[in-house]
Amino acid sequence: MSKGFRRPKLYTGKPMHYCPGCTHGIIHRLIAEVIEELGVEEKTIGVGSVGCSVFIYEYLDLDFIQAAHGRASAVATGVKRARPDTLVFTYQGDGDLAAIGTAEIVHCAVRGEKITVFFINNAIYGMTGGQMAPTTIAGQKTTTTPFGRDVTTAGYPIRMTEMLATQEGTAYAARVSVHDPRHVLAAKKAVRRAFLTQQQGLGFSIVEFLSACPTNWGMPPRDALKWLAENMIPTFPLGEIKKPEGVE
Amino acid sequence: MEKVLMKGNEAIGEAAVQAGCRFFFGYPITPQTELPEYMARRLPEVGGCFLQAESEIGAINMVYGAASCGERVMTSSSGPGISLKQEGISYLAGAELPCVIVNIMRGGPGLGNIGAAQADYLQAVKGGGHGDYRLLVLAPASVQELYDLTITAFDLADTYRNPVMILGDGILGQMMEPVVFRPAAEIKKPAGEKEWAVTGRKGGRPARLISSLHIVPENLEKHVNKLMEKYRRIEEKEKRWEEYHTADAEVLLVAYGTSARIAKGAVDRLRREGLAVGLFRPITLWPFPAAELAAVAENCRQVLVVEMSAGQMVEDVRLALGGKLPVHFYGRTGGMLPDLNYLVQLVRELIKGGGGGE
Repeated sequence: MSKGFRRPKLYTGKPMHYCPGCTHGIIHRLIAEVIEELGVEEKTIGVGSVGCSVFIYEYLDLDFIQAAHGRASAVATGVKRARPDTLVFTYQGDGDLAAIGTAEIVHCAVRGEKITVFFINNAIYGMTGGQMAPTTIAGQKTTTTPFGRDVTTAGYPIRMTEMLATQEGTAYAARVSVHDPRHVLAAKKAVRRAFLTQQQGLGFSIVEFLSACPTNWGMPPRDALKWLAENMIPTFPLGEIKKPEGVE
Repeated sequence: MEKVLMKGNEAIGEAAVQAGCRFFFGYPITPQTELPEYMARRLPEVGGCFLQAESEIGAINMVYGAASCGERVMTSSSGPGISLKQEGISYLAGAELPCVIVNIMRGGPGLGNIGAAQADYLQAVKGGGHGDYRLLVLAPASVQELYDLTITAFDLADTYRNPVMILGDGILGQMMEPVVFRPAAEIKKPAGEKEWAVTGRKGGRPARLISSLHIVPENLEKHVNKLMEKYRRIEEKEKRWEEYHTADAEVLLVAYGTSARIAKGAVDRLRREGLAVGLFRPITLWPFPAAELAAVAENCRQVLVVEMSAGQMVEDVRLALGGKLPVHFYGRTGGMLPDLNYLVQLVRELIKGGGGGE
């Protein structure tokens, strides 16, 4: 097997629209690489959501459905029930999954839907220009928390993956980061385990990625990665919260 | 043919199963709950899937998912729940996904009550959700018609790649009447995989996309124009209505669903008195049979619209008739029903008055 660096075969070749230093590109690549390695591109259906990643279907050469804001996990439920032999994943941001789509994701996990959720947490609303997200950390400045998130009035950052892991229907739950190569490799392992969990019919699987948004955080890409490591990880600890036996 | 005594809500469910619908996503709300309950026990018998969603929003998005795979799929609710589904309905229409949505109407606005009503007419026929789109809206008036039009609804949905709404009310959903089933061979079902459905890129075929997003304004306008062209074809081909004693009618009643049954009762009584009264019953509320109504009303002197609402379809009747003759309105709302005796007396007075104002 060649160890050379190359484009994943699942890339369409279309240049990505993401800002410099945005980590969506890294996460897209990890998903593409794992699907390719598992050889499941002809049975995979992706469900995109609303946010910066709304055009994920432009970049990954897979069958895709574009879902309404927050509803991707309900759409994925309909797909998986209709086509149990396919591999179904959603790709959702923090505003999508952890605010407007909270009911859908919780009940998707409760039902143990055999789908895989990729949850991109960058602590901010990216596409609409940097408003507070449910995952914005305490004290973080955004356009709608201009003096920093005051938890006494704007609430605390929500830890979705821990919450979802408490449900019996959830078989695999992990939080990973992509701020340096070591963490990127660990993230890829989590993507693989989440897909294997689904393939083996064990239940609901979710991988939360801590992701950088230099543009809306108002800092250069390198500083953003540092900020992520120093500020987001203490609020959102990394690791596999739930892992079924036999999934490696 | 053998007759089966069935509740309206259950007749819809049985028709859906016979039409090849194998997926139902719903949420309980009175007065439609017998339909999800029927599907919960019936679908497993035919290898289908019933799922009780966490909300009507969840349910309509599950419909979006299953419809994207090319499956015949249904959801049902009543007023408040249908309002919650509007977001999803707009996406379904935008992405051109076939599905059948049932609204067994109850009293509104707000929580209203659980009595039968027809106050969701405007929401159903004028859009309801955001953007330029139309639903086909079918208005049955008997349990047999609930059965027949449910099968028709799946055909129309597939033919036009468009969501279809069955607009019933609490009385139709709850009452029992005999139903004759169609022989299975006479029920059309889609053959094989739909050429646009997402299935995974089987055999390495090019990727497919189900989406209502057209970020470039030129493209969205083009897409909407394409939808409008489709809606024009539907308007040309799919209007359905019933005429009852209209040939010589001096007063023409216009009503649909349960109101039409009451209006029919009034026509029968008034005919026995020798009065020239008829009924025009739209069966498709969108497309509304406007030209057909205008043709029937040509020789009438007055029109009386009867609804279980404060006056919604009457707007379409007035548009259809263009001010050529007086259009009166009699409606009861909030779960109340038009009163037959009152309606009969009202028509007698209209005839006596000769067709003056309201």
